[in-house]
Amino acid sequence: MATPLIEFKDVSKRFNGKTVLERVNLQIYEGEVTTIIGLSGTGKTVLLKHIIGLHKPDEGTILFRGQPLDRIRRGDLPMSYMFQGNALFDSMTVFENIALPLQETTNLGHDEIRRRVMTRIEQMELADAVHKYPSEISGGMQKRVALARALVTDPQIVLFDEPTTGQDPVRKNAILGMIAQYQRSFGFTAILVSHEIPDVYFISNRILALYGKSIVFQGTPEEFEEFDHPFKEEVVNSLEGLQRELTGLHSRRQFKLRYQGQLRGGALGDAYAVAVFSLDGLDAVAGHLGHDAAQEALRSLGIFLGKHFGAVGGFSTRRSMNEYVTVLPSTDRAEAEGILGEYIRDFQGQEQAILDIWASAQRHSGTELCVELTLLAGLAQGRPDEDIDGVIESARRDRRVISRIRCINQGEGT
Amino acid sequence: MTPLPNPVDESRRSPLRWLADPFAATGRRAINWVNNLGASTIFLFLGFLRIFRSRQIMKVLEQLYLIGAGSVPIIVLVGLFTGMVLGLQSYHALVKFGSQGALGTLVALSLIRELGPVLTAIMITARAGSAITAEIGSQRISEQIDALGTMRIDPLRYLISPRIAASVISFPLLTAIFDVVGIIGGYISGVILLGVNAGTYLYRVESSVDMKDVTDGFIKAMVFAVIVTTVCCYQGYFAHMRTDSYGARAIGRSTTAAVVISCVLILIADYVVTSLLI
Repeated sequence: MATPLIEFKDVSKRFNGKTVLERVNLQIYEGEVTTIIGLSGTGKTVLLKHIIGLHKPDEGTILFRGQPLDRIRRGDLPMSYMFQGNALFDSMTVFENIALPLQETTNLGHDEIRRRVMTRIEQMELADAVHKYPSEISGGMQKRVALARALVTDPQIVLFDEPTTGQDPVRKNAILGMIAQYQRSFGFTAILVSHEIPDVYFISNRILALYGKSIVFQGTPEEFEEFDHPFKEEVVNSLEGLQRELTGLHSRRQFKLRYQGQLRGGALGDAYAVAVFSLDGLDAVAGHLGHDAAQEALRSLGIFLGKHFGAVGGFSTRRSMNEYVTVLPSTDRAEAEGILGEYIRDFQGQEQAILDIWASAQRHSGTELCVELTLLAGLAQGRPDEDIDGVIESARRDRRVISRIRCINQGEGT
Repeated sequence: MTPLPNPVDESRRSPLRWLADPFAATGRRAINWVNNLGASTIFLFLGFLRIFRSRQIMKVLEQLYLIGAGSVPIIVLVGLFTGMVLGLQSYHALVKFGSQGALGTLVALSLIRELGPVLTAIMITARAGSAITAEIGSQRISEQIDALGTMRIDPLRYLISPRIAASVISFPLLTAIFDVVGIIGGYISGVILLGVNAGTYLYRVESSVDMKDVTDGFIKAMVFAVIVTTVCCYQGYFAHMRTDSYGARAIGRSTTAAVVISCVLILIADYVVTSLLI
């Protein structure tokens, strides 16, 4: 594997004699989204602050591209940091806060700084708050201002300390979606500290689990599904349970457990069907109508899937940023086609709810531009002895357009 | 083999500890005081060096406005009444010796050599120094100073250096305003209200004050500027390191400490500088 961008070697840290990190070893790779998960107060923020140089380890070494971090001037580290509490300058306006790093660390002219800042402000949907002070805007907007400030210098590495704290479920996913989108667009390395399990799995390339002052797991989200450790019981299950209460959907792990459980119990029947649903065009929706509008569409689809297929004995999960999977036990392909047809008809009402949200976003942003979101679905027949991932892949290949949600002025849709 | 230490009987040790504790506490305070003195000297040195970096002019002008221009009204008010009360008291003392003609000399020299620099520094400490500590302390507690570091902005250059530069410029100017207004105050109480001859008062002011008095007063003002800014900035900058309090209370205590320490150091420094200059 490539040389890690950042590597911790036996790093320990104590505050007033209390050990917060003990012999922490981890690797973070360039161009990836790495998420550090763990319970509150277990040292995740402390770990992140070691990377940016705000804390120095009592023992051990931190390497940046193979070089000890303490031998590199902080000014030479191409990093930005988004604080959990935002750390906005309360005596400066939103514009001044975002412009500050450009004014103080670059030789750009006034006009160029203004252009760059306004670009970020528009991307973050902060146009109404340009001349307001942080205390005059909502917590969610403050978070976006902090994100805009972290990204305005186009850093190579961005550290996010609990970027979704204090946000409602839609906004949480909107922020995570925003991070994922910018990470893809700008190619920076993102390091997150987050509690948002399982939502962070969809945007993360790697997961680091901090438990008992040490890193107990590092690997991909898929590998984390198989991870067997008390950490899963204490942290992941409780958070996933909360997520299910909110959306009616299973986590990927719960989905797999239920699948395997029903397989062993023969409840899936001789044959079962798998449906894969995905939304295309989310980035365009986010770009023109805002991340909230995109997330609202995703969330509505998820909740509707959970309700509709739950009623006929199916169970669903979110597989990636824009993809859901549903298993229909004891159902052959023909029956599944029928159920899918009913779903498409029922979805019309849900479409209208999404269009109403978009119309509101359109009015808010003052844009006349309309965007199209395409809902695709694919079906595949599975047998109990087959690997579920293979069946899902077959369903994915079978995807076809089942609905187009297109906003027309004032929220009319097709 | 190393012998194991004997277990210590706490009850038998307690009288000794009772005797030793005050000395230990004094020792800890002394060590802490020396540590802070060294740290604040380094803090001042680093802050001073960064005055001459780029992008500082606008920040210095902004601080000149806040520390200097913003303090003018209070300095005028305090200077006027200090001069008036000085004129009043001095007149009644001098009249006993029939020397009321020397009122101008007494008022002018008292103000220019001592009262002007000292009272100006104390008033700026109360008005601007406390604000500096509270503002920087608040920025520290809310991680704004950490945020500067993560944005690759040197917090000392951004927050401290402009305040040091603005103080060193504005303290002598405010002292000059205080002196002039104080002399006018002495004129109001001595000449207008108590009937001292106006020509005598002004002649005595002009003839008794020489340039050395003025420059000595300005030197004091600059020394006080360095002391006040260093103490107030240092207390705010390290508000999070306080062991006696946290958060908003730490800011409050740091602000109180900044004002008290600044005022005490102004009076101590006044004596030291006077003895060196006289």
